[in-house]
Amino acid sequence: MKILLDAFSPSWVERCALLVLIALLLGALAAPLISPQNPYDLAQLSLSDGRLPPGSAASAGQGVQRYWLGSDDQGRDMLSAILYGLRISLLVGLSSTLLALAFGLSLGLMAGYFGGRLDSLIMRLADIQLSFPAILIALILLAVLGQGVGKIVTALFAVQWAYYARTTRSAALVERRKDYIEAARLLGLSTPRILFRHLLPNCLPPLIVVAALQVAAAISLEATLSFLGIGLPITEPSLGLLIANGFQYLLAGNYWISFFPGIALVLLIVAINLVADRLRDIINPRLQKQ
Amino acid sequence: MLPPDSSRRPALLELRQISKRFSRPLDLAARLAQKLGAAISAQTVHAVDRVSLTIGRGEIVGLVGESGCGKSTLGRLALGSYPASSGQRYWRGEGGTTAIDDLPATQRRAVQLKMQMVFQDPYASLNPRLRVGQAISEAPLVHGLITAQQRDAWLAQLLHKVGLDPSLGERYPHQFSGGQRARIGIARALAVAPEFIVCDEAVSALDVSIQAQVINLFMQLRDDLDLTYLFISHDLGVIRHVSDRVAVMYLGRIVESASTDEIFAHPHHPYTQALIAELPVIGGHRRDYQAIRGEIPSPLHPPSGCHFHPRCPYAMAQCQTLARELREIAPQHWSSCILDGGGE
Repeated sequence: MKILLDAFSPSWVERCALLVLIALLLGALAAPLISPQNPYDLAQLSLSDGRLPPGSAASAGQGVQRYWLGSDDQGRDMLSAILYGLRISLLVGLSSTLLALAFGLSLGLMAGYFGGRLDSLIMRLADIQLSFPAILIALILLAVLGQGVGKIVTALFAVQWAYYARTTRSAALVERRKDYIEAARLLGLSTPRILFRHLLPNCLPPLIVVAALQVAAAISLEATLSFLGIGLPITEPSLGLLIANGFQYLLAGNYWISFFPGIALVLLIVAINLVADRLRDIINPRLQKQ
Repeated sequence: MLPPDSSRRPALLELRQISKRFSRPLDLAARLAQKLGAAISAQTVHAVDRVSLTIGRGEIVGLVGESGCGKSTLGRLALGSYPASSGQRYWRGEGGTTAIDDLPATQRRAVQLKMQMVFQDPYASLNPRLRVGQAISEAPLVHGLITAQQRDAWLAQLLHKVGLDPSLGERYPHQFSGGQRARIGIARALAVAPEFIVCDEAVSALDVSIQAQVINLFMQLRDDLDLTYLFISHDLGVIRHVSDRVAVMYLGRIVESASTDEIFAHPHHPYTQALIAELPVIGGHRRDYQAIRGEIPSPLHPPSGCHFHPRCPYAMAQCQTLARELREIAPQHWSSCILDGGGE
């Protein structure tokens, strides 16, 4: 662990970010094992424990001894709800990013390598997509598609692919003029092989950074949509939905129902952004050579 | 017109009246202005202008000229790496009298594989993310020239042949020096068993001592593998050392072509004369060098007639209008100057 941290960054802020990110990922992965209760098993909830402040003892001991982060209006342990919410937020963020990456990258490679009309077509599509605010496109799509994990992943995918297409294209434009691509062509290698085995690996470094940053953007966009009530259904609450859930009690003094999911969301996004920033420096080949 | 030809050897590759024009298409605004009667036309560069060149089997043809004269473009036209704007390439031995680009697809691919290139920049010409062993053996594996079982032994043999330690195949390009990378580039070209190799300034980026080693490697490989080279360089010393025959290029045209001994002993074209006169001589005590006057003109607006006339010390009125084709002025010696072989 020490070695990993030393290799990662000399700055303690970035080291903390990496540790926080790892902790959040582990927490999300292991949620069913470590959370005090399954927040969506109604049998485990007791309504009489509704809206208890952080640190309150549970009335009927059904797995939960104490609500360390309080409970929501239905007597749900907030710590458990946050761990499960992290799972969903990360699942949505990562899967939509990977899908968008695969799609945008393929289009960007083709645009950069072939140029001409195909390039113009793909890039104009990307321009059109990027000229609308991401939230607007997602809102319209979700209004048409309805709610659900698959649907929000689709909406986030539609919002994101253009970033990857653009980044890949600009890298591919530089790389395809290099001699090793001409050599590959002269050696009679097939176009898909040149694209994915020769061009792609040399376009990857900027993409990894963009992808890492986009995971954070996707998670926050999903939280926004869920907060507005059009993202995920109440049966699969993400962090955004948890925040929205406690919103109505905020003025009544029950701050913890919104506050702690909000802290978790901020920690997650800040940690991802800091780690991604550091990743950009690590991947930069000019720094790598030393 | 007869092609300039050494013809003592059977021809391997023949370029006939091959041209390459690069033009930037007009953008929308310019097209609109043109429609409205503005005197705008697409700018066209004649990078290579109706060049004919025959390369004999086993021959090393040196192509020399200033920067920007179209040497590299001609090399890439020969390989088919750029599509020609006009003119044809012929590959003797296969395809007979059919131009390469008119051959059936499978046959054309087979012919293309016989032609490879060694690049100038030993850094940009190797994929930084592939181990050199992978980079070299990829194409022969794909084309079924070797099997996966043979690969290691084959690779070791090929690396040895280009003067590299066979154990280096697992390394990445950035772990090698410039000279070693040049050898890797050569090995990669040789991997598909080519017959014809274009060396585009292949030694220009190397230190002089390494240059000599790599040139010797080229010569030795030619003898061992029966190769034919088109050796492109701006360095007359290198060209003189390696070539059997030299073609001098100026602004997209070949102006003179003859065997190496002949052209260095009796240069006819004023441009060739100027180039050779300024060649430094080891042991000489010459201190004053006379640059050819003026700059190489822009290929966007080449001079009329003979392209060299604005810089030529012997220019006459005719030179401004008459662009002469190459003519054989002595056995196997071709020149395009109006003064050579006079009488017309």
